[in-house]
Amino acid sequence: MPAAVPGSRQEGPAPCAGESAAASGPPEHCTGPIVDSARPVPGPALGRPSGGDGAAPSPRGAAAAPRALPRSVWALPPVAVLALLFLYPLALVVQQSLTPDGGGGAFDAYARVFGSRAFHDALGTTVWLAVGATLGCLVLGFTLALVIAFVPFPGARAVAKFIDVFLSFPSFLITLALLFLYGTVGMANGLVTEFTGAAEGPFHFLTTPWGVLLAEITYFTPFVIRPLLAAFSQLDTAQLEVAAGLGARPARIVRQVILPEALPALGAGGSLVLVMCLNEFGIVLFTGAKDVTTLPMLVYGKAILESDYPAACVVAVVNIAISVGLFGLYRVVSKRAGA
Amino acid sequence: MLVHSKAGRWAVWGLFGLLFLPLFALPLLVVVAASFATHWSGALPSGPTAGNYAAAVRGESLQALTTSLVTAITASLLALTVGTWAALAGAALKRRGRRLLDALFMLPVAVPSVVVGLAVLVAFSRPPVLLNGTAPIVVLAHTVLVTAFAHQSVSAAIVRLDPVYEQAAASLGARPAYVLWRVRLPLLLPSLTAAGGLCFALSMGELSATMMLYPPDWMPLPVRIFTATDRGSLFSGSAVAVVLMAATLLVLLAVSRIRTKASYR
Repeated sequence: MPAAVPGSRQEGPAPCAGESAAASGPPEHCTGPIVDSARPVPGPALGRPSGGDGAAPSPRGAAAAPRALPRSVWALPPVAVLALLFLYPLALVVQQSLTPDGGGGAFDAYARVFGSRAFHDALGTTVWLAVGATLGCLVLGFTLALVIAFVPFPGARAVAKFIDVFLSFPSFLITLALLFLYGTVGMANGLVTEFTGAAEGPFHFLTTPWGVLLAEITYFTPFVIRPLLAAFSQLDTAQLEVAAGLGARPARIVRQVILPEALPALGAGGSLVLVMCLNEFGIVLFTGAKDVTTLPMLVYGKAILESDYPAACVVAVVNIAISVGLFGLYRVVSKRAGA
Repeated sequence: MLVHSKAGRWAVWGLFGLLFLPLFALPLLVVVAASFATHWSGALPSGPTAGNYAAAVRGESLQALTTSLVTAITASLLALTVGTWAALAGAALKRRGRRLLDALFMLPVAVPSVVVGLAVLVAFSRPPVLLNGTAPIVVLAHTVLVTAFAHQSVSAAIVRLDPVYEQAAASLGARPAYVLWRVRLPLLLPSLTAAGGLCFALSMGELSATMMLYPPDWMPLPVRIFTATDRGSLFSGSAVAVVLMAATLLVLLAVSRIRTKASYR
């Protein structure tokens, strides 16, 4: 049997980590190869006959038969759809930001937006909220994933399932819930006023950036937990046993054994959450605070509330540049995480 | 097992519960509790009622539910078609072509959805295609947003597909179209349904792009929840939110049942 058996592509565990790190497909994908790939491959399957007409087996990648089109042609229809529905509109946004239909020279709108205070505030708020929420998600997600994976309790699997369900709900539900929890007449304030008899409760942070930060940490932490759990499931527990047998305390095991293994997943999950926080709109919209404006909120405000499309396009271009740049970084990091 | 002493384990679990329950379980419970209430001025909601639900499955809210369902199903099917096609075509490409295709189809994830909404609005409010103020523009924006996830799940599944089956079929004389239809797609069916469920859930909850371009007569559920809570009717808004969660969960459950049936094949 030659070394390049097509079936031997799937040696070892299924490459799940990178895929779940991308926080897309449900983890049910990660059940391993569909069949045992160690099974020998029958000889005729090695080549790839183009059909039943007895043509000579042609190698993968070459044209299958003279009448067949090159394979790359098949990629054209979906790319055309994407170009029409997504790339062309995006290009129009860039074009509108430079030379708006309503007149005005190139970069006029840029000068106007970059000179405005609202833009500077929104940029600052967006960045510090996203960075803060990402750090919070990483710390919280790492702690929770550690417990789920290494100090398992009855129902830990149900918790992991719950996290998947949590991911399928829209983000603004969290803000809605926080209104009942910490709003002016919510649960927390109600508890305090009932016990102390004070006229109003102590919690008023919901309409400040801190309310948005809390909501973002709550909503995005599962996006860190999922890749971490995938990474932990591939960690050989014998390493932990050995470390513990040699006298290492749990804190040291976490620091020196688990953390190095989890770093790629943390990096991938963290950069994904950073991008999603930069792009988050529903949470900020539902908070309804006038003084919390992020870049997506500014795009919405300029376009829909003020009908100032050139300015909206400029903010959109800035937002795209930041997010796509960071997303490229995420792709690099998650590739390195072992996709 | 990281912590060996019993007391230590209970301490860790206590900490976990202290973090997990208030942050993740409580918000969902609170929304459900509020949907059955008329007041919330103390520690617990008061004035139990089912009236919020009566309003949530009637009139404008019912219309919003059907709007959301139609939008989500159409967008998911379109996204699944385009995403699967791209994933299958990409799998046949060489390394560089495949990476380019992957990057192209992942781009909508990186671009903020508000900007996707703005872009679609700008592009289809001018000739040659005028869609501004119609239902298709909402469906179109949702399709763009969820195609990335469909493409990503399906191409991840294709990588894990054992090529032995299609090679065996081809060696027995099956033409490529027949191999695709009778071998590859059935093997991919579990991931296709999972990807479809994911797209559906994302589209049901989509708010950002929708806010940019929904016409008055095509208002999906999330926008309806926002307009309700924005004018202060938090409790009826919660009831609509619970309806949204229930509809999403029901469809996800149904989709996971298809999957378990298909995996026995």
